[in-house]
Amino acid sequence: MNFKLKDIVPQLITVLAVVLVFGFFTYNAQINMENRGIDFGYGFLSQESSFDVQFSLIEYDGSHSYFRAYLVGLLNTILVSVIGIIIATILGVIVGIARLSPNYLINKFAAFYVEFFRNIPLLLQIFFWYFAALRALPLPQDAEAMFGVFFLTIKGLYVPAFIWQNFNIFFYSIIAAVIAIIVIRAHAKKVQENQGKQIPVFLISIGLIFILPLLSFLIGGVRLSFEVPVLKQLATTSFIYEGGVSLPPELIALTLSLSLYTATFIAECVRAGIQGVGKGQKEAAASIGLTPNQVLKLVIMPQALRIIIPPTTNQYLNLTKNSSLAAAIAYPDLVLVFAGTALMQTGKAIEIVSITMFTYLTLSISISILMNWYNKKIAIQEK
Amino acid sequence: MFKYLKQLTSLVAMVAVLFTFTTESMAAKKSKTLKNTQKKGFVRCGVSQGLPGFSNADAAGNWTGVDVDVCRAVAAAVLGDANKVKFTPLSAKERFTALTSGEIDILSRNTTWTLSRDADIGLTFVGVNFYDGQGFMVRKSSGITSTSQFKDGISACTNIGTTTELNMRDFFNSKGISYEPVAFEKADEVVAAYDAGRCDTYTTDKSGLAAQRTKMKNPDEHIVLPETISKEPLGPVVRQGDAVWEDIVRWSLNTMIEAEEYGITSANADMMKTSDNPAIKRLVGAEGELGAAFGLDNDWSLRIIKQVGNYGESYKRNIADTGILPDRGPNQLWTKGGILYVPPAR
Repeated sequence: MNFKLKDIVPQLITVLAVVLVFGFFTYNAQINMENRGIDFGYGFLSQESSFDVQFSLIEYDGSHSYFRAYLVGLLNTILVSVIGIIIATILGVIVGIARLSPNYLINKFAAFYVEFFRNIPLLLQIFFWYFAALRALPLPQDAEAMFGVFFLTIKGLYVPAFIWQNFNIFFYSIIAAVIAIIVIRAHAKKVQENQGKQIPVFLISIGLIFILPLLSFLIGGVRLSFEVPVLKQLATTSFIYEGGVSLPPELIALTLSLSLYTATFIAECVRAGIQGVGKGQKEAAASIGLTPNQVLKLVIMPQALRIIIPPTTNQYLNLTKNSSLAAAIAYPDLVLVFAGTALMQTGKAIEIVSITMFTYLTLSISISILMNWYNKKIAIQEK
Repeated sequence: MFKYLKQLTSLVAMVAVLFTFTTESMAAKKSKTLKNTQKKGFVRCGVSQGLPGFSNADAAGNWTGVDVDVCRAVAAAVLGDANKVKFTPLSAKERFTALTSGEIDILSRNTTWTLSRDADIGLTFVGVNFYDGQGFMVRKSSGITSTSQFKDGISACTNIGTTTELNMRDFFNSKGISYEPVAFEKADEVVAAYDAGRCDTYTTDKSGLAAQRTKMKNPDEHIVLPETISKEPLGPVVRQGDAVWEDIVRWSLNTMIEAEEYGITSANADMMKTSDNPAIKRLVGAEGELGAAFGLDNDWSLRIIKQVGNYGESYKRNIADTGILPDRGPNQLWTKGGILYVPPAR
């Protein structure tokens, strides 16, 4: 009995303290808001927002609701985070492996990159890429076409738009290819386990993913045409490109700085992971006659990933949260659109900030859950 | 027995009502904000992060501008010294939260008076110290001389968290022009992006355009278009719920404007004490008991005029002489063709 009491009392005190602190803040906020005649409520979410946003993945203008504006911001945050995570991972893995390269030049260059980019504050890098790039990029009328169809200008990157006919058939052909690849892989694994024979799965997969969509063009009636951006004059010295898709420079600068910054940390995780696998493993694998490619794929990477994944998860979370610095360079993310403009127009500070916090929390936890699931999947299966 | 009880209850109720009335009127005299300000010894004033002519800090950290002068006037009235002000630079996004949360006591930050701000979010606007309207700035080389030359696809740089964003939408929608809004959090970044060529036009209040133009790499390359697309009455704001403090700020501003109307300046204020005009004598504290209503002494208005000057002096010093807007436009006294008209101090 005594023993139990000793266990419970500190817990109770902690819970009580937490409840009291929260209670005090809630009560205080309530009293103050009442005194100043501020209403509390989420009803504003359905009101008309009456402000426009520069860049949106879903249809939106000022006649939509504040909730729609919230979705616009959220999707823009997710967009920049996903692109950032993909680029940072690819770059991070390459640089991490390069740091272990026996080639002096590659090795030192990778080390220099890591030390340079991770030691400069991120906000500064964002400003640098935005304002330095803005000043360096040409005006639309002076831009040289890349491959004849891409235009990188101060007002954004203009790329041709795809115009599909029978897009659904093309889409089905890709799904069919993916299913075929999964089936062939399973079959190849069985064949190898039973007969020790190896089927060139990789080559077959590549072939399938090209041939099936190609067939959809030849016999499925799929047609693809491009809409190339064309220069349009607004005034004597002011031009834009019309048609095609335009990516705002804010998105490009933000993605670039976030990925370059986060890639340095991922590179270090990768390097640590590879170095964490015992040297004996590599030598043992080589001694049983595996090729260097097989050594990396079958022996080193499965063990290294276990070390790499947990700290890399942190970096993904950091990147997502750092994307809120977008407000500094006018990229309309959640913070700029919702916790910025919407907060200003409605004055609902507590409501909007709490929704924004909760959203970032949900985003971070989702990434965590996904990465933990992956980590568990690649962990040693105790038999 | 029951009857007595009823009488007793009504008696208690009457006493309670009387009691509340008396305590309330006493509390009114003792404004909480006023008391706190006098205890601290300085006025806490929220200003912009740097808008020449309105609120701008020099290299030594001295704030100047017509918005700054409103806070200085309050400090002169309440504390006797126009320099006893603590300025807090705020972004457009932060400003109202800073005021409602009690971090500052006056928000004097080129803030537009609108219905929803006044009614909704716990704020009270006390007056107008600058009548403004939203306009557009373009590069001279673009050949645009009027907003009627705007075409589909134009990109417009501006600040977030301002009425500008809303007016811009109304304007382009009514003209049926599609546009790209590029909204930054800080004014410096808006200017930098527009100057670099990111946007075809920069839109904000015309006074702001005139002021920011002076910050450009080459101001002569830019012009402000003649059209005004909105009404932007800018003025100081206080927290809702402190009526006395509200009155002090309102009448500090009104004193400056009325002083100009009667020709009282920082130089001649003392001599005006012997004026024949009772309105002038009231303003310089030589007649009447105007300060008593706020719980202030009788020289409060004299101190404002002597230390800060009248509205005309403040305008000349901050906006006209700095070349931002030499012409006073609507911000001229009603007696001289403008719309500055304040209730009489009596």
